[in-house]
Amino acid sequence: MANLIDIKGVTHAYKTDNGPLPVLDDLNISVPEGDFCAVVGPSGCGKSTLTKLVAGLMKPDQGEVWLHGERVTSPRSTVGMAFQNPVMLEWRTILQNVLLPLEIVPNKMTKKQKEERGRELLALVGLEGFEDKRPSELSGGMRQRASLCRAIVHKPDVLIMDEPFGALDAFTREDLWQTMHALRAEEPFTGVLITHDLRESVYLADEVIVLSGRPATTQHVENVKLDGRTDLEVIYTPEATEILHRLRHQIEIAQGRAKDEETA
Amino acid sequence: MKTFKKIATPTIAIVIFLAFWEFIVWVNQWPNYKMASPSDLIPAYAKYWNLFLIYGWQTLWRTVVGLLVAVVFGTLIGMIMGFSRTMRDALYPLLVGFNAIPKATVVPVIALILIGQHDLNTVLIAFMISFFPISVAVSIGLSTLEPEYRDILRSLGASKWTIFWKIALPKTLPEFFGALKVAVTLAFIGTNLMEIVEPHGKGLGHLFDSGKINADYPLMFAVLIALAFLGILLYYIVVALEKIFAGWAERPQG
Repeated sequence: MANLIDIKGVTHAYKTDNGPLPVLDDLNISVPEGDFCAVVGPSGCGKSTLTKLVAGLMKPDQGEVWLHGERVTSPRSTVGMAFQNPVMLEWRTILQNVLLPLEIVPNKMTKKQKEERGRELLALVGLEGFEDKRPSELSGGMRQRASLCRAIVHKPDVLIMDEPFGALDAFTREDLWQTMHALRAEEPFTGVLITHDLRESVYLADEVIVLSGRPATTQHVENVKLDGRTDLEVIYTPEATEILHRLRHQIEIAQGRAKDEETA
Repeated sequence: MKTFKKIATPTIAIVIFLAFWEFIVWVNQWPNYKMASPSDLIPAYAKYWNLFLIYGWQTLWRTVVGLLVAVVFGTLIGMIMGFSRTMRDALYPLLVGFNAIPKATVVPVIALILIGQHDLNTVLIAFMISFFPISVAVSIGLSTLEPEYRDILRSLGASKWTIFWKIALPKTLPEFFGALKVAVTLAFIGTNLMEIVEPHGKGLGHLFDSGKINADYPLMFAVLIALAFLGILLYYIVVALEKIFAGWAERPQG
């Protein structure tokens, strides 16, 4: 299968008052179409920079980002984004918030079709009946659900999520993980999930990429398909536990706390 | 019941204030040239009601026009400062400096430059005194826009204009209206500065001046109260507009 996302040899540095601060160093990531890829790594290792590069919001100093066989040089409407902070336009209703991308991205949908699509998605994430509420009336978890709907309402090829569940409590987070699986079953998309939560990465992704500490490079790639199971119990199987252990170890290496046995 | 309470509360507050005023004057036995009491004002209004209407209207429309110019100009300056760091650094000291100049000293200058153009003069001072808070509010509103807001639209390929129109502008409205409430009262001060410092026979400022010349002290106080009334009127118009355009920002009381 062709790769939908191809990140080839990307190197990037931020300009600061104390000279350039390298964040990404010769990073290579490939995500096949339909796959869900989680990116984990120590704090401040450049994960968020990665989302911006894929979204075309920034250009890398060196290297190339390819989407669908096209080189990314500017933002494109085939990308959907969700952030840790589920920013909602407070002056709009939830439904109007979800429909925002359809006002920007060229499409042939009628107003009625758009509304139907928005309502369908909201129902899918369990927000039926909240369509006409204001964002301020919703809890953090509900806002994040709505923000996910907004990210995929225009049927993007790629969904980029930057720690979308990071600010939620543990139980709400698990609820949203399951919502993610439900969404994927209905709306196939290729996803990049930036996260700090290893269990989250194992449960949601097909593939987990561990980045090294700053400047980040691809340190380890782990296949985590887990027989295609989507129930929460799968996290507690011996197989998943073993994967979690391996990932945990890789993170420790990335943080510089443990040595890689192969090189030691 | 809710609307009744909403109207009754400030009304009762005003009545208590007037009663207190009356009481203070009565207790101290102040003559009306020292301090007129509310009961002295009623004859003044009854005697000059037509002048109050004519001059009040002149003051009101010139204030409103000055305020409108301040809104347009202030928002423009605020946008420039909100979007460009360089322009913010360049314009802030100039604006603060300009705002620090007492407008009473600018009045004769303006009156001389635009001699005889009384309406224009007055509008100009009302504008000058009231645009500053609007500029500051708009620039702060725009420059503190969370990057996620921009990124959501930018990642879809939205233009700068679309981002401004769909997000930055509505997001700034609560700050804008907050500043407009301040600007309303400032604009009245501006109008009256011109009317009183450079008398040209127009507006409530002129009526105040005639009260002074004729030693009609209750009339002077009556003008002040009339100005306060106009200020309150315009303020509540702004509040009504705020409810329509930025009502979403008000959270239910918990």
